[in-house]
Amino acid sequence: MSDKKKELKPNTYKFDTLSLHAGYQPHKNAGSRQVPIYQTTSYLFDDVDHAAALFNLERGGHIYSRISNPTVGVLEERVASLEGGTAALATSSGMSAIFLTVMTLCEAGDHLVVSSQLYGGTVNLFRLTLPKFGIKCTFVKPRDTEGFKKAIQKNTKGIFGELVGNPGNEIMNMPEIAKIAHDAGIPLMVDATYQTPYLCKPFEHGADIVIHSLTKWMAGHGSSMAGILVEGGKFDWMQNDKFPTMTKPYEGYHGLSFAEEFGPTAFTMKARAEGMRDFGPCLSPQNAWNVLQGIETLSVRMKKHCSNAEEMVKYLSNHESVAWVSHPSAPNHPDAELANKLLPNGKGSMIAFGIKGGKDAGVAFINNVKLASHLANVGDTRTLVIHPASGTHSQMDEATLKFAGLSHDMIRLSVGIEDIDDIKNDFEIGFRAARKPRLVSNQ
Amino acid sequence: MKFKVNGHEVFASTGGRPFDKKKPLIIFVHGSGLTHMTWVLQTRYFAFHGYNSLAVDLPGHGLSSGKSLKSIEEMADWVSDVIDAVGHKEASLVGHSQGCLVTVECTSRYPNKIKTLSLMGGAGAIPMNPELLSLAEKNDPKAVDLMMDWAHGPAGHFGGHPVPGLYHINTGAMLAKSRTIENTLGVDFRACDNYKNGFEAAKKIKCPTLSILATDDKMCPVKEGKKLASLIDGSQVDIIYNCGHMMLLEEADRVLTVLKKFITTNYPPLSA
Repeated sequence: MSDKKKELKPNTYKFDTLSLHAGYQPHKNAGSRQVPIYQTTSYLFDDVDHAAALFNLERGGHIYSRISNPTVGVLEERVASLEGGTAALATSSGMSAIFLTVMTLCEAGDHLVVSSQLYGGTVNLFRLTLPKFGIKCTFVKPRDTEGFKKAIQKNTKGIFGELVGNPGNEIMNMPEIAKIAHDAGIPLMVDATYQTPYLCKPFEHGADIVIHSLTKWMAGHGSSMAGILVEGGKFDWMQNDKFPTMTKPYEGYHGLSFAEEFGPTAFTMKARAEGMRDFGPCLSPQNAWNVLQGIETLSVRMKKHCSNAEEMVKYLSNHESVAWVSHPSAPNHPDAELANKLLPNGKGSMIAFGIKGGKDAGVAFINNVKLASHLANVGDTRTLVIHPASGTHSQMDEATLKFAGLSHDMIRLSVGIEDIDDIKNDFEIGFRAARKPRLVSNQ
Repeated sequence: MKFKVNGHEVFASTGGRPFDKKKPLIIFVHGSGLTHMTWVLQTRYFAFHGYNSLAVDLPGHGLSSGKSLKSIEEMADWVSDVIDAVGHKEASLVGHSQGCLVTVECTSRYPNKIKTLSLMGGAGAIPMNPELLSLAEKNDPKAVDLMMDWAHGPAGHFGGHPVPGLYHINTGAMLAKSRTIENTLGVDFRACDNYKNGFEAAKKIKCPTLSILATDDKMCPVKEGKKLASLIDGSQVDIIYNCGHMMLLEEADRVLTVLKKFITTNYPPLSA
């Protein structure tokens, strides 16, 4: 036997265990091993006193499923645990999670600094819809770190971006941009849908709020819409007077100050108490349960997604029909070094590539692949393709397309977890058709 | 609310209600390295039901200024000073973990001021694991991670927070890391380790006392809590099963229900 003293180590559960268990205790749910689906709108109060206490945030519990639901609550805690966050709030979609985050943070007259390379729907929210609420945005290219600093105004309430931009795969220098945000006394909000917490935990690199479309890799099965915002808990809302709705007494809850009362969970508490109450983008318990099924296998799937993506990068890079390939695993990717730092477990499964022959070739390719699905989603276990200029980003004009880093020859590929040889064989069919676009089409 | 004690600004959450001198006072004292926020699922109820609910940040903790106090005895005197500073003559005390040592010592020193005493995860002494103490004094965040591990029971490690969406292990860790670890947790752990008067202090307590203990509490095991309670005349004991040291979060509802019955019976609220 060794006399060596054993080093003390925390035995809190690790990522793969949390993926299966976090947020749920069977002994409090009739011993049910699987998370029950609480398909209910509302919850019995013990008495009038109990009801009043719940409404007044004096005790935890559920009132009405627009505000919270036990099945959804398990999902929220599970994602918070995986991200290393203090709290989370699930919503009906990723877009509603972004909207709720902005509306919890901002009011009319406020300003945001936003990365220019985002999902097309998000661009439209920031560019066209938020100004209708009096919230203006300045867009900055994701690699222009100094540009984020320069764009901050007196009324700027936060910086928002996707860690790896959609669809061009440009990477934000999250640690440096977080520092810029924090020096200005504002939070950094990161949409980390492409990464999932298996590939990157943005809180470890300075982010304050993390947002996911759970519809994508977190669920993986492509069956259910869902979104979530997660709070890191480090941001001090009371450090300046920029966030009165977090720090001053709130009339809607008897003069409650969210920052004083809830500290590291204040943002989520406000988003739920105010945002879910007033906007109501609640997640259905069935969809929450569906997403939970996906999260159980998150790390297993992400490994396969990433290894398949790296194989596809090699295949595409050497293909005669391909003009260029963009993926953070490619050695010639401009952000390869940053990607190695921020994404040590894999670079994700989103690839953008340019097809020789431009738009017509791209259309022919999309129309002729058989295994890859042509649709407006990413992060499915199945391989997905789309031509952004005519699909996800089609509502943009020419100048906006260019600013967002899009080109007409670009194909966006979300690599699935099928056998890699089958994906490559399918692409060969597409490329053959692309070389003769006017002769081969299934349209 | 903010007020001054011994020249230093003190922050105390009032549970979302304005302070009202006419109402009886309950002071909540947090555990090592933590803040007033650990009490959020108990304080708001009392604040809205006829009490002044004051969840204090000890000096140098949370939003309070000054340096952390170095002994349990100093903290006990400070709690008495808080009662004076807010213009009250008496109070009911509620403590968790280190807060139990503080409130036991305070009650024994100021028997006329303290009307009821509620102890959660308490013991007569809390000797610290030397390695944990050393890590905290060296400002090593591993001290917080170890504390969060040991402070939560097996069930608590899975989560299942009573407030939907909150993951309490990470929330607790964030609270403990909100100020410099060596200046909060390190000083507090040393104060706990040095404190030897808990059992003698307990023998002097005459006010109604409640001990809430948890079967999976590794930091202050049930037998230690029972030993302390046995020294206090007429002390009530409530044991929570499948729960660890952080019972005020892990089993917040149960704790509130027991606390509510005990305090309202022995120290009635101001009627509406």
